[in-house]
Formats: sequence, C-alpha cells, structure tokens
Amino acid sequence: MGSNGGQDLQVLIERFEQGHATAAARLITILENGGEPAESVMDRIFPKARGAYRIGFTGPPGAGKSSLVLHISQLLRRRDVQIGVIAVDPTSPFSGGALLGDRIRMQRLTGDPGVFVRSLASRGSLGGISNCTDEVADLLDAFGKEMILIETVGVGQSELEIAETTHTVVVILVPESGDGIQAMKAGLMEIGDVFVMNKADHPDSELAAKEIEDTLRLKNVPDGAWIPPVVLTSALEGRGIKELAESIEKHHRYLEEEDRLVEKRRRILRSRVRSAFMDRMERKIWDDPSVREILSERIGDVYEGRLSPYRLVQELEKRVKIE
Amino acid sequence: MANLDYLEDLGFPGEFPFTRGVYPTMYRGRFWTMRQFSGFGTARDTNKRYHFLLDHGQTGLSVAFDMPTIMGYDSDHERSEGEVGRCGVAIDSLRDMEIHFDGIDLAKITTSMTINAPASILLAFYLCTGEGKGTGFDQMGGTIQNDILKEYIAQKSWIFPPEPSMRIITDILAFCSDHVPRWNTISISGYHIREAGSTAAQELAFTLADGFAYVEAGIAAGIDVDTFAPRLSFFFNAHLDFFEEIAKYRAARRIWAKRMRDMYGAKDPSSWLLRFHTQTAGCSLTAQQPENNIVRTAYQALSAVLGGTQSLHTNSMDETLALPSEKAVRIALRTQQLIAHETGVANTIDPLAGSYFIEAKTREMEEKAQEYFRKIEELGGVIKAIEKGFFQKEIGRAAYEYQKAVEERRKVIVGVNRFKLEGEKLEIPILKIDHQVELDQREAVRKLREERDNDKVARELERLKETAAGPDNLMPVILDCARCYCTEGEIIQVLKEVFGEYQEPPFF
Amino acid sequence: MGKKIRVLVAKPGLDGHDRGAKVVANALRDAGMEVVYTGLHQTPEMIAESAIQEDVDVIGLSILSGAHLTMFPRLVELLAERGADHIKIIGGGIIPDEDIARLEEMGVSRLFGPGTDTRDIIEFIRKSCADSVS
Repeated sequence: MGSNGGQDLQVLIERFEQGHATAAARLITILENGGEPAESVMDRIFPKARGAYRIGFTGPPGAGKSSLVLHISQLLRRRDVQIGVIAVDPTSPFSGGALLGDRIRMQRLTGDPGVFVRSLASRGSLGGISNCTDEVADLLDAFGKEMILIETVGVGQSELEIAETTHTVVVILVPESGDGIQAMKAGLMEIGDVFVMNKADHPDSELAAKEIEDTLRLKNVPDGAWIPPVVLTSALEGRGIKELAESIEKHHRYLEEEDRLVEKRRRILRSRVRSAFMDRMERKIWDDPSVREILSERIGDVYEGRLSPYRLVQELEKRVKIE
Repeated sequence: MANLDYLEDLGFPGEFPFTRGVYPTMYRGRFWTMRQFSGFGTARDTNKRYHFLLDHGQTGLSVAFDMPTIMGYDSDHERSEGEVGRCGVAIDSLRDMEIHFDGIDLAKITTSMTINAPASILLAFYLCTGEGKGTGFDQMGGTIQNDILKEYIAQKSWIFPPEPSMRIITDILAFCSDHVPRWNTISISGYHIREAGSTAAQELAFTLADGFAYVEAGIAAGIDVDTFAPRLSFFFNAHLDFFEEIAKYRAARRIWAKRMRDMYGAKDPSSWLLRFHTQTAGCSLTAQQPENNIVRTAYQALSAVLGGTQSLHTNSMDETLALPSEKAVRIALRTQQLIAHETGVANTIDPLAGSYFIEAKTREMEEKAQEYFRKIEELGGVIKAIEKGFFQKEIGRAAYEYQKAVEERRKVIVGVNRFKLEGEKLEIPILKIDHQVELDQREAVRKLREERDNDKVARELERLKETAAGPDNLMPVILDCARCYCTEGEIIQVLKEVFGEYQEPPFF
Repeated sequence: MGKKIRVLVAKPGLDGHDRGAKVVANALRDAGMEVVYTGLHQTPEMIAESAIQEDVDVIGLSILSGAHLTMFPRLVELLAERGADHIKIIGGGIIPDEDIARLEEMGVSRLFGPGTDTRDIIEFIRKSCADSVS
C-alpha cells in the first residue's frame, strides 16, 4: 500500500460503494491482514452494514456442509435474496499455509452477481472460524448482501465461536460413526438452533435423528423457548432443503418476536468488543519490555522452586497499568 | 523360501492359481499382442487410417475419442469449444460411427474403444452400425473400457454419481451376456491410477478392488458370475522398478484366481484367469534428453513380458512433448519386436519363477494388497471409500511424496535431477491442429438435428427417461435412441436429469 | 497477522489430469501460501470470478490438452475487463516455445514446462509478489 495508503483506501472505498467486486475482495484482504489498516477499513464499513442475517453451518468433516450451503444459497437466490458466503478452511500449523477447497462445491453459483463467495484460512484461530470472520461478514453486509452464510472449518474440534458470530446456527450431522455422541462431547448440542441429519438415504438416518431429538428434549428449557428441530436432508440429491430453509426461517421469526434478535445482536456485539479488547490488551501486555524483562529474569526462580508461578503472575500484574 | 507351497502358491503356468501365467505355453505358443493405441480428427479421417491399417494386415482396431465425447458433450456444446477432435475422434451420433466404420466388415475385426462414462451409448452406436450392415450382435467382438470406478479414483472423466454409474454397468453386463457374447465388457484399469501418482502396491490393490466391486455388482444384479467374469480383463501400467512390476503382475493373477474361485464361487476356469493389457508408464518419461525414454520404455516393456502380459503398448520417446512423431512410434513398436524376436526371453515360460527375490516380492505385493482390501472393506466398500476420498487422498499423497523425493534427490531421475545436460534446449515439435475439424463437426451435428425425425427423437428420449427412473435394463432403449439418431449429448442430458451429476469434493 | 500470498490453482478444460495441479497446490501450501483450489473442468469465466472474489495475487493454470492458446488469452482479457489485471497468471503444461513467447507477450507472466522443480515456482511467485507489494 505504501505511503499513500490513505488515499488508496479512499479510492477502494469509493469503488466498493459503486459495487465493484474487486474492491470488496481487496478490502477483505486488508481485514484479514489486520492491524491499523483493517481498523481504518472498519471505521468506514461498519456504519454501512445494514444488519444482514447471519447463518452458521457447522459439523464434523464430511458431513456435507458445503453442499448444504450451496443448496440453501440456490434456494435463496431463486427468491432474489443477495447472498454472501464465507467458507473457512484450516491453516497448517507447520507452514502457515492453507488449502482452500470449498469453492469446488459452490461452482453452480458461478456467474451470478448476486452471490459473493470468499474462502478464509483460519490463521491460527481454534474456534472453527477465522478471527476476522465478523469483519468480513460486516463488509459483505455493507456490500449489499442480505444473508451471510458462514461455513466453519469442520475438522471436528470444538467449533463453538460460530454461535458468537451468527444468528442461526445449523449443526450438520451424518448417521454414520456416532456423530451424535461426538456432537454432544464437542458441545455442538448447546449451540445448534437447527439440526440436520444429512444423508437421509442411510438406513440409520431416522433413528439417528430421533436420538438427537430425544437428547434435545432432555434439556431443561423454559416455557416458550426455542426447541431446535431436526431436519432430514440429502445434500447429494437435494432432498429436505426446503424443510431446512423453513426451519431456519422459523428460527429467524422466533428471534424477531419479543426483540430477541435485537438482544442477540447486542450480545454478539458485546462479545466481539470484549474479545477484540482482550486481544489488544494481551498484545499490549506482551509487547511491554518490562513485562518481558521480569519474566525472563524471574522464570529461573520458578524453575528452581524458589517462587511459585502465581507469585510471579502477581509481580507481572503490578507492572501492567491500564490507562 | 519358507512357507511357499509350490502348487498352492505358484502352480504350473496355465494352472490355478496362475501365478506363473494364464496359459500353459505362454509366448512359446504365441507372442503377446502388440497393440498401439491412436486416434485423431474426424470420423472420416480415422476411417481412412483404419482402411490403411486393415490393408496392412491388422485385425484389431483401437479407438481413442476426443474429450467432449468422453465427457458426454456434443461437438456443438459450449464446453466442447477448442477440444473437438483434439486427442481423439469426435463421435456425436450413430451417423459419425457409420462414417467411422464405412466399408469395414464388423464381423471380421475386433474393436477396442477407450470409453467409460458414456460407454453404453458408444457401444450402442457401434452395435447399430453393425446392424445397418446386416451383422448380428452376436457376430461382433471387441472391448469397451467401461471402468467407471477408476474414473472417480484417478482419471476423473466421470459424468454421473457412482451408484447410477454402477447400474449402467450392470445393465451392460447383463445385456452383453445375453446378446453380445463376444464383447469384453470391462477393462479394469490400473494404468490411470498409477499415472495419477500411486505406488505399485496401490495400483494393484485399487484395481483389483474395483474388479471385485464389479463382480459383486453383477452377482447382486442376478447375473451368473460365469457368464460375465470371462469377459472381464485388466489393464496395468509398467513402471520403472523392474522386479516390483513383475511381482505386481504375478500377485494380481494369484489374488484374482483365488478370490474368483473361493469367494465368488466361479466354476468356469476361464472366470479365474486375470488376462491383462499393459502400457509402459507415460508419467516416467522426461522432457529432458528425450532419447533416454527409449531405454526406459524398453525396460518397462521387458518387465511386462516377463510378468506375462497378454498385450502391450509401448510409449514413444517424445510423448511428454507432444503427440508422437512417426519415427518415435516406429521405434516404440520396434522395441517390442526386439524383445520378442531377438532377446530370447519369450522362449522360456515364466523364467523368473522360483527366484527367491521374485517370489518374496510377489508375496509382499499380495500382502500389501490384502491390507488395502481390509481398509476398503472397513470403509464400507469401494464406492463408500470413493465418497470419503480414500483413494484420491492416498494417490495424491503418494504423488506429492514422489515429487518431493525427486526434488530432494532421494530419487534419481537421469537427465532431470542428475546427469543433466547444461544448456539443453527443449525442442517441442508443434502440433498443428486444424480448427476446421471443429467447425465441420459442429455443422454436421446441426445438419443431423435438421434432417432426422425429431418427433421420434423426442419420444425415444422420453422413453429413456422413464426407463432410467425405473428398474429395467437401459441398453434396449439406448439402442432405440441410437437408431433414430439421438446424439450422445442428448442421451446423456436425459440421464443427467434422472441420475444427477457427480462433483468431486476437494480431497488432499 | 500480516500479508499472506494467495494463489488460485485451477485446471481448465475437459480432461481430468489433476496430478500436477494438486502437487503444485500442496507445495505452495507447504511454502506458507494460501491456495484456493478450484479443481477440474474450469472455464476462464469461472477462474476469473473466483480469482477476483478471492483477491489472489497469482493464478496458476495447469493445461495439458493443447488448449492454451484459447484459455490464457481469454483469461487475460476477462481480468482486464473487470479491472483485475494486477493478478499475475502463470501456467504449467506442454507448451511449445513459439507459443510461450506469444503468451508472455499477451500478459502471461511465466510458463513452466515438464520436469519443473516446485521450488522454482515458489521462488517465482514470492519474487513477483515482493515486486508488486511496495
């Protein structure tokens, strides 16, 4: 970007506002790269976000997330809804590189200006999405997209951050290999608003769906609270897509009643601010030379057993001044 | 060698389990078939070439199709642009097939067609061409590759998802058993699996696993195993590791014979025989110092012969650069003739039998294959393993591993990472492809659509759609579609509407 | 976080020979790049749209079918039309010298022949990205 970065940014924003995809894509890159430039972009973009509805798709690898995102996108496009899709793939912890392959599944969306698909690498984030997913969603929102579909990494770790990013979380499972149990362990049962049992042609699919339903019913829910439905789909044949879309809409309508959506949006924003603040504080603290100095001086004492780790923490804490 | 039971594990040539070869006399009775594969341009061009070959005593023809034909697009489809007649002949309808075999008696020759996803349609075009000449279905002989599983695994020329593809194949098996008994219905191919980067053990295991899947599908469709199994044949790669390749062929025969007899209950001894064609490894050839490829190919060809192949294609030295020149093709053929007539290796049947190293290596290959069969079984069979990307990932990993080994010089490639010629200039011969072929072919389809009885076309396509959605054999209705000049693309389109299209998930 | 090099790897045309494309994609990933892999049977239109939305620095095409003289120029044209001519195009496959010269004149950055070391490709991409990010 060089010395005239500010001016370049101005040009980019203007082109973005005129609806140029190249400018939107470049701004996303700036958001991904973070730092001061990303914050400047957010200053300009955030006020323009119109409150697009955000839907998360999560589940174990091979459950059919991309295919369902494709089908739902196609259905929404037939209703002329503007779509943004964010697909996250894992960054290799060894090389820092990534293979982003989700577009392969979305090829039928090519050539439709009403769809913008972007692949993100997780870049070290462990929560199933990239750290800049919220910002990229804001940008697509400001670009005029009405629905943002976000697909998590899907490597089977606990990918729970999606619940702090989207309004409806769709958890996709398959009947094989005890997905239901895995889902419970990974905490997916707590975050799902809609559950999908994909590969409905599998002989065990109905039984597996029933198990999920039973588990959900065991939870203590207050009267009038949302009870997540379980939808049977076949992403390969495109069956059950209408039902899935209806369930998502139903949840959307449920949120719109009694200001639940407003509350949820507030909660999501609060959690964003909190985590951005924590990130910044953390960086600030670790960048402080006196903190580093004390740490390297005193760690030997901890090693020798002369000092407990917690005493050292207290010493460090004294150095931190929050202004 | 410990635990080697001579009769149980080796046997005599031509006897169970056929480790030492499928025929008792092998090349002492008759050499392998030297079958060089080629094809180009329009049906008219190829027809002229065929007449030339037949006049010179060749009795078998081998057809290479262009990419649009392989992928089920007519020549006038937008996806065909720039690819019509490029790496094979363009066939859009029965009309083109009639021109392709104009003046050729289909009762007197056999034809091998390298076609997979649309194999049923090209077979129908061929049978109808014969029918038009008054040749009965039972008089025609030949081969279709028709091995869709290796397309998902390696070659990637698929159209429909795996399950409907398997249904089309069992329809072909059943139809040919009843009506076209001289036809070889599937050429189960490891060649492309190896070219995509697999190891020898993977090639062996994945190819045989595909073979088992076809046999199981045939049995499940209610066809007697002994009516179709003798019509299955194999197609392997001959790569550089000389003894490993020989062991691969020997292990393949043994595994197949045992499995066919003991597991699938085949009673006809010809169902037990693994007969195979071999092609030398195109992917082993280098663009650098291309003459070295003659030597590579010669050793590969020798391994196939010592391994007991039934037919062989030797690659030309310039194939990494462009389509081969006449001289290069001649040298490739001469390589085979040299092995047959000058080296004397054909005088002895399975001369390596009993060598400790060869027998141990053969057993090692067999064990590695069995290990893979277990894994595939655990994943729920070949189709499930394809859907999970098992083969694709295994092959991709092996290919990347190989590339790294070459770059780190753990593996020496003469002329590429060692013994290089400084300042070598790669002279790539220009392959002139006349764009006129594409224009002519497009015009021909357009004309065909104008001239034929389009009401009949619509009716037959409708009937095709109904049949595809139901349980009946597809072949009779595809033949009816062919007879009234439905194009390949039209037939495929109807089937896509019923069966859907396959899309490969990203596997790394 | 800092800038990562983003590369789109695609395989245009109807043939399915993706061994080379996949090997290169793996090598670039292991070199720390973010590789958008769009796979087989891509048209120039699909490639241009993906490259733009993904804001890649480089597009790498693997062409073996002999269609390079239609594929590359069409892609160059499409990128220019959409104001994305900053994206560099590289390719691999069997391409005669005469055509290489023509394609490089038309705006293709570099073509790699058979037997190329993936480290040469990595180095070329790093260098050309360093030149453009000033």
